[in-house]
Amino acid sequence: MRSEPRVPVRLQEQESGWPRAAVETVRREWLIAFRNRQDLMNPLVFFVLIVSLFPLGVSPEPEFLRQAGPGIVWVAALLSILLSLNLLFRNDYADGHLEQWVLSPQPLALLALARVAAVWVTTVLPLVLLVPVLAVMLHLSPGTGLVLVLTLLVGTPVLVLVGAIGAALTVSLRGSGVLLVLIMTPFYVPVLIFGTGAVTAAVEGASITGHLALLGAMLSLAVVLAPLAIAGALRISVSNG
Amino acid sequence: MTSTLLEARQIHCERDDRPLFSGLDFRVGSGELWRIAGPNGVGKTTLLRILAGLNPAFEGELLWQGEPVHRVRTQYQANLLFLGHNAGVSSSLTAYENLAGWQAMRTPAVPEQVMVALADAGLSGYEDLPAAQLSAGQQRRVALARLYLSSAPLWILDEAFTAVDREAVAQLEALLANRVRAGGAVILTTHHRLALEGVQVLTLGEGYDAV
Repeated sequence: MRSEPRVPVRLQEQESGWPRAAVETVRREWLIAFRNRQDLMNPLVFFVLIVSLFPLGVSPEPEFLRQAGPGIVWVAALLSILLSLNLLFRNDYADGHLEQWVLSPQPLALLALARVAAVWVTTVLPLVLLVPVLAVMLHLSPGTGLVLVLTLLVGTPVLVLVGAIGAALTVSLRGSGVLLVLIMTPFYVPVLIFGTGAVTAAVEGASITGHLALLGAMLSLAVVLAPLAIAGALRISVSNG
Repeated sequence: MTSTLLEARQIHCERDDRPLFSGLDFRVGSGELWRIAGPNGVGKTTLLRILAGLNPAFEGELLWQGEPVHRVRTQYQANLLFLGHNAGVSSSLTAYENLAGWQAMRTPAVPEQVMVALADAGLSGYEDLPAAQLSAGQQRRVALARLYLSSAPLWILDEAFTAVDREAVAQLEALLANRVRAGGAVILTTHHRLALEGVQVLTLGEGYDAV
């Protein structure tokens, strides 16, 4: 190893390179996801399995599926997000990257937002893109399928943002899977209610704007507040290390 | 030139209701090399994590250039390089991606500089191998290559020399000596015998022979 330093000692003044750091955070997340693509398949397979087993297990009647279909899709999406979130910070915590991430001279909340957005794109977006196919299987009308996709597009980011708070809080605990699920489920219920509510309203021919507006409000709130909570939770978890 | 970079005042820390250390007072100035010594379990890592701002569970004051660290956190972190037990080398990324990614979180990463730093760390030819395929010593070198990219005045190194071979340890010690001569400050823990002069030793635990 070389014994001469390459870079002179320099006192850094306030440097704001957060856009670059946010881009790097997203890039790293996607690169790792791409390298471990089989891990990305798990929630997807889980999602499709739940949705396709319901008709087999309960009733294949088109009338029943039309009624229960949106709820089934929403619950399946919620569960697969809940299960995949447990791994969100796990590897980074184990190999010490989380520590270096917290120590980078950048606003941690912004990095957390970038990270969660990247995770949503890799793990949840494919799931939402599958929904039109599943909607056909569940005998949903094209209009209902569209509303279902719309509610998932607005609702699932809330699930990921809120879930990331729990994942950040529990990452330093051993066997935290069940704990995370128990903590997060109550926060997921309102999103589920308004998400399926919008689809039910669409099926009955009522207006969906009210439900969508509420989901949108939850999303706005989550985008603003959740990154701060994630950053705080990560600092707590790292301090236990 | 010696100006105080980091100052600790009356640091007191407990773990599981058992005091680890208390009343620690010291100033780390530029051009100083500090070694935290003590037997296993005495709190060396805890102290370094407190100094790095990772562990807020302590009493006392920690000042960066006279300002409380928690108030100038971003500025402090821009001037700090911390290497812990787990240095944050991801096994699914290559050596190059690990180092370039680390750099990009701080200053714009220049690909040539990253390659040179990896070569400096003795990793030429291994740049594009996933870290999972590198040996423990080589993974450590990926983390240590950061030292060649860092302009930070303060380095905190927690057992940074584990797993690297004896020759590399000697070269790293020379690197630290040169760094200190250039005005940097280094705080480290190590169980290696340091072959350096002018090391200030802070001993934790009573009756421990720090030599």
